[in-house]
Amino acid sequence: MKFNDAINTIVLTAALFFGFSSVIQAKLNVVTTTADFGALAREIGGDLVNISVLAKPTEDPHFVDAKPSYIAKLARADVLIEGGAELEMGWLPPLIDGSRNSKIALGKPGHVPCAEGLALLEVPATLDRSRGDIHAMGNPHFMTDPMNARHVAERIAAAFSAADADHNAAYRQKLDAFVKRLDEKLPAWEKEMAPFKGKRVVAYHNSWPYFAQRFGVKIDLFLEPKPGIPPTPANLASVQSDMKTQGVRVIIVEPYQNRKTAENVAQATGAAIVDVAQYPGGVKGTEGGYIELIDYLVKSIAKALKEKTDK
Amino acid sequence: MRKRFLQLIACIIITAPFVSAGSDENIATNLQEEIQQLRQRTQALEQKLSSLNAGTPAVTMGRAGSSYMNLSFDVLMNAGWASTPNVDTLQLGGHDPSQRGFSLRNAELALDGAVDPYFKGFANIVLMTDANEETGIELEEAYVLSSSLPGGMQLKAGRFFAEFGRHNNQHPHTWAFVDQPLVLNRMFGEDGLRQNGARLSWLAPTEHYTELTLGIFNGQGSDAYSFRYTGETGADGVTRIYGRATTGRNLSSAGDFLIVPRITSSFDLTDSQTLVLGASAALGPNDTGADTSTIIYGMDAFWKWKPANAESGWPFVTWQTEVMGRNFKAGADTTAGLPAETLYDWGAYSQVQWGFVRRWAMGLRGEYVTGDKSVSEEATAERSTKERISPNVTWYPTEFSKLRLQYNHEWRKDSGDEDAIWLQFEFMLGAHAAHKF
Repeated sequence: MKFNDAINTIVLTAALFFGFSSVIQAKLNVVTTTADFGALAREIGGDLVNISVLAKPTEDPHFVDAKPSYIAKLARADVLIEGGAELEMGWLPPLIDGSRNSKIALGKPGHVPCAEGLALLEVPATLDRSRGDIHAMGNPHFMTDPMNARHVAERIAAAFSAADADHNAAYRQKLDAFVKRLDEKLPAWEKEMAPFKGKRVVAYHNSWPYFAQRFGVKIDLFLEPKPGIPPTPANLASVQSDMKTQGVRVIIVEPYQNRKTAENVAQATGAAIVDVAQYPGGVKGTEGGYIELIDYLVKSIAKALKEKTDK
Repeated sequence: MRKRFLQLIACIIITAPFVSAGSDENIATNLQEEIQQLRQRTQALEQKLSSLNAGTPAVTMGRAGSSYMNLSFDVLMNAGWASTPNVDTLQLGGHDPSQRGFSLRNAELALDGAVDPYFKGFANIVLMTDANEETGIELEEAYVLSSSLPGGMQLKAGRFFAEFGRHNNQHPHTWAFVDQPLVLNRMFGEDGLRQNGARLSWLAPTEHYTELTLGIFNGQGSDAYSFRYTGETGADGVTRIYGRATTGRNLSSAGDFLIVPRITSSFDLTDSQTLVLGASAALGPNDTGADTSTIIYGMDAFWKWKPANAESGWPFVTWQTEVMGRNFKAGADTTAGLPAETLYDWGAYSQVQWGFVRRWAMGLRGEYVTGDKSVSEEATAERSTKERISPNVTWYPTEFSKLRLQYNHEWRKDSGDEDAIWLQFEFMLGAHAAHKF
């Protein structure tokens, strides 16, 4: 029967590929959902790891396509680093299921949900979608606070050490170097933002509460009426009136958000637009890594606030 | 930690008078430097303290794990009109609009969760109302998926849609059109190829995504339409399919199972373009004789473009096409005077969806299905040539609801043209299952 031949071919091919797959990998294969975790993994893993970042740094992290090629990447992963606060819930679960890789299954040391152990902000008391796209565990954009990144870096180093004990010392050393750099930078960033304590900034989407809390600014006016709901004329009018009465003159916009809407609001209110990103590489000048990203955010936001305050 | 911090403060206080009292400038400078250093250390400690506070085990993590099962309820409702009052001759799918006016053909309760460390469980229970607005219920899917088999293997077992092509195992709420493609109806009947059985899948450990699946099913009943399905009972009380009386044959040997092999591969053409190609087959006995069988084969392609800075998934363009062919080896029916013959059918659909602005998408689908002439007049009529063109426009307020307007024009070789217009509304409650590609 023809069909039996087909089965034989399939079984043979399977056996052949299975043989190849047992070739030992020298480097740790690391997959991260977003580029912020990718940047930290690079700091800690250096040349000892291969890193694949799934979402592009300019991509809306809530709506990433679950491309089959990601399944192939996850199937080969030793470590998966994800937010773990529902940001990736719309696309990551079928990828993990599809990868059938037990190393990165939930609860395994190879699966690193970075939010674990962090105190997330804005945890809703009740879950109600009439309030827009809210996350049960709290606001998932926690990496804009360098102190959270510090914690995440420690988590990543622990995961690398667990997966590759031979290089434990190297990972520890790289972690210490990164933490040292971050700790040196933090007072400088805080100093740069200090003159703007309590100043308000407008954002397109509510992805900045951690940055705001760390650096003492208020990022609590949003072009979206509710998280995930596109700007409406009524909401834009209300934001503009708040901006005018309170002298709010800076709007931050991320690469995947509608810049045109922000430009219209800026024009009506005399505000400046600052292109920002949560992910290294999302805007020009942030390709270097996580510290470079925060450097860029602090400098560009402080500069805009300064210019708009001096006037 | 606090103790050390207090000690530092004390140090600063104690050393402070010396600074003001010191006459030697050198000592003063040294002390000032020391104070500076102490200040820095205090600051560092404060930071560490605040980070420790921030790191207190979060109560918030409890919520995600508070439920052992994700639960969602999705309703698809249609309203519209067709040029023929016999809408069921036009809209053949089990979840298509079934009559002029309002119809509710798919209210779906979806459950999923981890069973234990070894399996994940899924179930879809569908409620639908008929022309008399009586509610019917069907266990659409209920299966487990292994989560810890080695070597890239995965086992699925239970009742589920066979992995044949792209459309067959998609649930109605993920369709880009209101109705089931004609070719799927011709090959698999009104509900698609859906059976009790098991399937083994193997993910190739290659750079490109390649997956091989092999399903094995009973292959009986109306959800295995081209296989061991006895057909509908005629006026004379005899069950027939394609004009031939059916035998009601049972599984008599291992060779009587329905076998569904499939291979899928995917390629990221660029950062913003992905192509998925697949080839499938379904082989098994049919019910028109003791050793009659059917083979269905299909090729499918799906391409998607979405730029790297898309907002909430917009803009995008998708293109999806499936071609299927079938050889139905029909047995002889001496009572009806029909000889054994092979009925050949083929068909295809091709559809494009363009998300042109956030929340909005336009779609266009073209379809063709045909069957060669049979000795049986009934078989010829049931397998006649049809073409259909369907433009539509969809508005997605969020990923939990949508409103879709679709127009269908159908050319039918034997019975004239028909038109239909449908407005579909969907809403979803509960956990939104993640989208597969």
